[in-house]
Order: sequence, then structure tokens, then C-alpha cells
Amino acid sequence: MTHRIEKTFAHLNAATQSGFVAYIMGGDPDHEASLELMKALPSAGVDIIELGMPFTDPAADGPVIELAGLRALKSGTTVRSVLDMAVAFRKGNDTTPIILMGYANPIHHMGYASFATATKDAGVDGAIIVDLPPEEDGELRTAFEKHGLALIRLATPTTDDARLPKVIAGTKGFVYYVSALGITGAAKGENVAISEAVTRIRTASGLPVVVGFGVKTPAQASEVARSADAVVVGSAIVDKFHKEGKDAALDLVQKLSAATLKPNSNGK
Amino acid sequence: MSNYPDENGRFGSYGGRYVAETLMPPILALEAAYKDVRNDPSFWADFDRFAKHYVGRPSPLYFAERLTEHGKGAKIYLKREDLNHTGAHKINNVLGQLLLAKRMGKKRIIAETGAGQHGVATATLAARLGMDCIVFMGAVDIERQKPNVFRMKLLGAEVRSVTSGTSTLKDAMNDALRDWVTHASETFYCIGTVAGPHPYPEMVRDFQAIIGRETKAQILKAENRLPDAVVACIGGGSNAMGIFHEFIDDKKVRLIGVEAAGRGVDTDEHAASLTGGAPGILHGNRTYLLQDEHGQINDAHSVSAGLDYPGIGPEHSYLHEIGRAEYVSCTDAEAVSAFQLCTKLEGIIPALESAHAIPRTLNLASKLGEHGLIIMNMSGRGDKDVNTIANLMGVEI
Repeated sequence: MTHRIEKTFAHLNAATQSGFVAYIMGGDPDHEASLELMKALPSAGVDIIELGMPFTDPAADGPVIELAGLRALKSGTTVRSVLDMAVAFRKGNDTTPIILMGYANPIHHMGYASFATATKDAGVDGAIIVDLPPEEDGELRTAFEKHGLALIRLATPTTDDARLPKVIAGTKGFVYYVSALGITGAAKGENVAISEAVTRIRTASGLPVVVGFGVKTPAQASEVARSADAVVVGSAIVDKFHKEGKDAALDLVQKLSAATLKPNSNGK
Repeated sequence: MSNYPDENGRFGSYGGRYVAETLMPPILALEAAYKDVRNDPSFWADFDRFAKHYVGRPSPLYFAERLTEHGKGAKIYLKREDLNHTGAHKINNVLGQLLLAKRMGKKRIIAETGAGQHGVATATLAARLGMDCIVFMGAVDIERQKPNVFRMKLLGAEVRSVTSGTSTLKDAMNDALRDWVTHASETFYCIGTVAGPHPYPEMVRDFQAIIGRETKAQILKAENRLPDAVVACIGGGSNAMGIFHEFIDDKKVRLIGVEAAGRGVDTDEHAASLTGGAPGILHGNRTYLLQDEHGQINDAHSVSAGLDYPGIGPEHSYLHEIGRAEYVSCTDAEAVSAFQLCTKLEGIIPALESAHAIPRTLNLASKLGEHGLIIMNMSGRGDKDVNTIANLMGVEI
């Protein structure tokens, strides 16, 4: 529901800090292990959880997320089993927003209306479907609106003033600004233009702007946090979890989250 | 009817633009650029000049007398796309796209390839037009299509081995899309078939439609009538769309597409998206796909690398749905035996892809009887497949 997202950002504004959004792949390496990680994220400083739904052909993702998805699929992960993670998570946490992230085909196959209902019932707040641009997301958006769910759009450095109104029309919750042209987990580009883009999108949409793609280290997170309403880190956390396990991943999450404090604030 | 797609790239409910936001500006720019040249006579004059003097068009429409005898029925003509420069129909499309790239001022060309025919065609025209060329190819396909890999390198292209997913054509397309997202401003993505986000299915069809235009004029000259049926093999479906397009409004001409049935459409190992798949979303378009009950993409299988793809162009999905075209299939075993038959009877070594159309053409010839008239698109030549055939025959060469 969008109210969890709104409350989260309202709270963050009061504390003069950027939010921290962590992406994990649902079902990587299996249901139990990824659920354990998910449950531990809020107390490690995560304000919003992006929960990946695996797909065989993730053309917008780099190798880290692709391989995580293939591991998840191998352990039997489905859209339903990722939604079950949200159900289990909600038993102990009713405040942290959960945003699903994935590709169109598995939910198209399930049916957009069924997916929207199941998403609502699981206690999820919204979704980002990477390959549904505004031109193609009408049917899902209608189904989401019926349940008060946020369909979150992506804006990119190539989204110019002519296109921006199309991207933000009908988007709810927040706008996700993809700060680098490329795939997830690739090297981060220059930050010079980020603050300008964030201001432009925030003014046009009246929504918080979260920034991701290519942010890997606390130093980078801190830099992006200067202008963004929240910072997203995905591949670095997924990679750490895969290679070194839960404790190491949570340690990285804590450091990244601490780095999103705005320079002038007095504490998180 | 032949006015599809609509302004959103839709053929009925198929097609569209299912890409990440990052790619929307480049595909909209491509669409605008294509609209500009589509009605520009100077663009088509360039296209025709290269088609004639470089590709070798028009390709002959050849009366296959001995295949006709063998089929004991309808007259069989072959549209000889195998005689084009680089050995297949693929170059028609590449010619159009790279001339467009040149007009758009793009000097870095990327392409995906399965069998290597589209990669070779792209590398060839990139060499001719002085452009940089990077071809994405699955590691598995690189292994089974070594001669084409070497040809591309000779032509100055860089061949990037793709090891993600199943390391075949669909993964090569994923990686090409990833590259395009990263380097969109200077890069032109030359897709090899009538699939992908709008405007590719329309644009590639238009560039391949030269096949059908020539065919219609040639058959009218040779037989003074339209054929009863036009038959073509289908992977993504570009040679089929190319020959079908001109005949779509001629309702009496049956259009028959032959999908790769691999080890059988009732097994898990085939590439027949229409026969054994369901509508879904992949690589920028909504179309029939091979997928499991959770909407995950299934691996395709075909003895021919060029048909080894889990999707099909959206216009074929539409023609299938409205019943304008018929879609049948042909197994690996049938195709391999047809490959040998055609070679011996006609002295034409067909591409393994094209060989899939032969058994269904022969079946139909016998059904139609001696007054029938069939045109089969011989989409490519089989020199690239001799290693595969030798292996299957247990012969060491």
C-alpha cells in the first residue's frame, strides 16, 4: 500500500536523512535463506526493501543479478513463492515498504489482475516491472490502482523534458531514477548530473526520487544521498550475500545505510 | 490488412515496445528515423543499387523440376535467396538497417547471431560501409558454427562470446540489448529478425519484403498466375514475413510457415513457438513463446542454430491468430533427410533452416495434385551446415 511508502518518506524528511533501499533477489539461494536475510534488513538500517522476482532472461540486469535469479529459479522460486516471503515478513514487520522488482513475462503469464490481487494480499506495497514502460503498463497500472498499490516508474538520464511527463503520469509512491546508462551492477558514472536530475524529477512529479544503478560502496552511497531522497543498492549486496553469507551482507548494509545520513544532520 | 502494425507497433494484441525505460528514447528515435526514410526515394534508390550490384538481386525463382517429380503433384518453385551475397536472405535486412544507421550518423553496429548468418551479413555490410561491428554470439553457437565465426573476424568484426543463460541465440540477444542500453547514443542495434521492440518487426519485414515483391512478379511471368501456396521455414520468421508480405491481401494464396519441431513438438526439445508455446513478453515484444507454467522461458532446441529460438515475430502470432497463415512443423530428422534429398535431386545444398520447409512442401504438392503451384523460399545455402550433417552421418571430414 502506498501509505507505508508515504509514512517512510515523511519520517525520513523529519530526520533529515536520505532513505536506504536494499535490493535482494527473492529465493536466492533458496526460500529460507533469502527470507532470513530479508527479515534482518530493517534492523540493519534498510528503509525500503526491493524484492527481486527472478526471470530467465533479465535483459536489463548485469551478471550478478542474473546469476542470483538463476540460482533462485533452480531452487524452485516462483512469483507466488516470492509473495510468500512477503507474507512471512509481514508477520513481524508492518512498517517497512516492500517493492517487488522483476520482468513482465512471469506476471503476464499469471495475469495482471491476479498478480495485483496476490500482491495486495501478501502485504506488498508496489512493484517495478522493468520491461513495462509507460506505453505498455496500462493494464497492470489499472489493476494496481484498484488495490492502492504503487506502480513505480523508472526515469533515466535519457528521459528528457519532453518524455518526463509521460513517465511520471500515474506513477505512485516514488520515482526510481536510474543514474547510469547501463545494466545493474555496472560501474557507476559521474554524479555531476544526478542532483540536477533529481530536482527536476522531484519538482515535476511531487514524489520522492530514489536513485540507484552502480552504487556499490558507502562512499558512493554518501555522495548520491546528498541529492536523492533515498539510495538503492542491489548488486553489491546480492554479491556479498552470495560470496560471504548473511552476516557479511548485513554488515555491508549497515555501512551503506549509515553513509546515507545527510552531511548536516545530527544522527540517524 | 497489410497496413499493420498500428502506431504503437501492435499487430492485434502482439508486438509493442516492452523495453526498459533506458531504451525507450533510442527506440523512439529509431522509429522516427525509419519513418523519415520510409518515404524517401533517395533512401530506396540506395537500397536498390546495393541490392542489385552488391547482393545480386533479384534472386532467381527457379522451377525445381526434380523435386516436383519427387513430390508427384504440384509444381514446386524455389525462391533462391541462397544465391544472395553471404548466402542467405539475412543481407536484405542488414542492408536496409545499415543504410539507415549511416543516415543516423551511427558508426558502431551491434548484432546478435545464432547460426552466424545474420552476424556474417552484418559484418559484411559494416566492412563495406566502414563501420565498427560487434557481434554477440552464444558460446554454444560459436562452437557449432566455427567457419562463420572466422568469416566474421576476417570481415573485421569483433565476435563476443555470450556465456549467460543457455549460451545460445536468446542470450546473445539479451547481451546485445545490455550493450545497447549502455552505449545507446553512438550505437545502432541491427536485429536479425522480425522480432524485438517496435519498429523492428515492421522495419525488418519491410526490408525483407523485396523477396515477396520479386517472387510475385516472377511467378506471374513464369506461370501467368499466383501460386496456391507459399511455404517458408520459421525461426524468428524474417524470411517467411519477407515472402508472405506481398501475398497477404491475395486471400487465395495459402501462406504456410514451418517451425522447427526438433525431436518432436510433444517432447521438451523443439523450437515451435506457435505450435507448442503461449503468448508472453520477451525481447521487447508480446508474442508466442516457449515457456513453463510460471512464465519462465524454456530452452529451444533445433538441429539448426538459426531456428533455435524460443520466440517468433509478433506478426506471425497475429497471422496465426486470425488464421491468415498456417503454421506447421518439421522435425530435426525430417529436415536432415530433406537436406540430403534436395542436394541430390537438385544439386542445391539448402541451409538446414530452409530444409525444414521441404518436407511440408512435398506433402502439400502431393495433396494439391499436378495442377497445383507452390513456391518455397530457399532462404539460405547449406555450406555452413556440412560439418553438422557430416557429424550426424558419422562421417569425418
